[in-house]
Parts: sequence; structure tokens; C-alpha cells
Amino acid sequence: MSRLIPLLVFLALLGVLLFGLATTDRRKTIASPLIGKPVPAFELQSLDDPDRLYRNTDLAGRPFVLNVWASWCPSCSVEHPWVRQLGADIDAPLVGLNWKDRREDARNWLSSHGDVWDIQLHDPTGRFGIDLGVYGAPETFVVDAQGIIRYKLVGPLTPDNYGEVLEQVRKLENRPGTGAR
Amino acid sequence: MKAGIALLLALGAAWCVAQSAIEVREFPDPVAEQRYRMLIRELRCTVCQNEPLESSNAPLAADLRQQVYEQILAGRSDQEIREFMRERYGDFVLYKPPLATHTLVLWLGPGVLLLIGLWTAVVVIRRHRRLIGATAPDTPAGQDRESGPR
Repeated sequence: MSRLIPLLVFLALLGVLLFGLATTDRRKTIASPLIGKPVPAFELQSLDDPDRLYRNTDLAGRPFVLNVWASWCPSCSVEHPWVRQLGADIDAPLVGLNWKDRREDARNWLSSHGDVWDIQLHDPTGRFGIDLGVYGAPETFVVDAQGIIRYKLVGPLTPDNYGEVLEQVRKLENRPGTGAR
Repeated sequence: MKAGIALLLALGAAWCVAQSAIEVREFPDPVAEQRYRMLIRELRCTVCQNEPLESSNAPLAADLRQQVYEQILAGRSDQEIREFMRERYGDFVLYKPPLATHTLVLWLGPGVLLLIGLWTAVVVIRRHRRLIGATAPDTPAGQDRESGPR
């Protein structure tokens, strides 16, 4: 019996390591503590018009998707066709958050890639990004009609995760306005 | 080739040091500066994941250092600043995670492993002694036997 102990220890260790390998992807992204919490208060300029200010109340009352992007972010170009697709597939407004970017650069990027968002917010300092727990672009938040963050995707929209994101938005669109909260 | 890699690494390291030294911050008193140093050492850079804010060159890390600095100047306590980061980036941002049910393994695991190790050592040593006692009955247990039978 006691001879089996090293073998058992070995098997246990093997199990732990295999489990670790299998869940690598899950540990690479940090789960957001903001899920289930309201979108932090903001007051941001529109990317197109510095005189136009947006606040939380401007987006309240219906679900929306908040997509964090920047012109310096290569993955944002990669996900762009899927952002376009998402905008076409959902009724909820698609809000862009241009993060830590210069207005000029962002506008040039938009004119070459296409502005597929309904509203573009500008967060040049990244201060609102910190409040949102953003740690890289792109990130995509799904927000319900009460302004509660329901879902967060870290990294680009891809053919693999597109369906899930779309489903998250559709779920909210099906029960508009008067939620339980 | 090897020398080239070494040189590259050395340059990289020098660059990191130079980078983190570039931010010159003024503090109203030495205590505030000490708190700043301590906080940026115990907060993790969320982009690079294995670096504290202190040594990270990521732009976001610089922003977060700026946050820590501003909040210290604004008179916030260490705990308030830690909480500010935790609310946004989760426990992950703290190098010293709180003791909670989901971190029990993390906190108690090393102790449990140590106990298992000690127990194993005790069992092995005892068995060894018994073995020595069995082959050489006139030797008192525990005495050093440099060339004894195994």
C-alpha cells in the first residue's frame, strides 16, 4: 500500500497540471468585478464634436453595447468587420469608446476603416477606461436598459465568440425597459 | 549569438530601469512618497500580469501610477486606494489577495504541503531507524552510523 503513495502523489500532480493546461485561456483574462454593477458615471466628449457631451443619462433607458477601441490597436482592425456585423445584427445602439487616442488619429482611422458605431465617445486620457476596468483594447461591454453591465468581452470579436456576444445583446433586447431592477 | 542575446537583455533591463525612473514626482512629505512606493509595488500591472505597477512600462501602468499619485495627494488612505483598484480590476490587481473562501487554497496550500512534507519525513526517518535497529540490534536508535548497512 505504502508503495502506491508516490504513484498517487504523481497522479494527483499530473491531474493538477493537466487541469491548469486545460484552463489556460480562462486565466489569461481577468474576470471583471464590474459585471452586475452600473456603468461608472462619465461625461465624455463626442469624438466627432468636442462641444457635444455625453453622460450616462444620454444612454439610459435601453440596452447598448460599448466597444472600446483605439487607432493604435491592431486587434481593433482585426475585429472591425465583426463590430460592423454586430451593429447590423442588433437594435441596441453600438457605442464606441475611443480610448487613449488622439482625435485626429481616431478620425483618420475611422475614415479608412468605416465608422460603424452609432455614437463615438472620446476618452483621450483613459480616465473613464480605468473606471471601467479596461486593461487593453479592444474590449466590449453589454449594458442593459438600467445601465447595468451584463457582460464583458476582453479582446477582439472573432468568429468564435461573436455568437455569444450577439446572444447576450439579444437576451436584453427581448425584455426591454421595465426590468426587475 | 549568445553574447548578442545577453547584450539585448542587458539593454532591455537598463531601458526598464531608465523608464521607471523617468517619472519624477514631488511629494509633500517623505511619508507620502513611501506610501506611493509601497502601493505601486503591491499593485499588479493588469496588462503585463507578472509585473508590479512599479516596474511596468505599459502605458496603462503609467496611468495607474498616476492615479495612485493623485489619490495620495488628495489625501486618500492606502486602503481606499487599494479598494479603488480592486473595484475596477478585481482581486487580481492586488499582489496580496484577501483571505476568502476562493483564496483559501492559495493561503493554506503551502502550509498543508509543508505538513505533508514533515509527516513524510517523520515516517521515512522512523522507518529508517527501525531498519537500522533490526539489522544491528546492539546499536542504540538515533546514533550516527556512517558506514552502516542500509
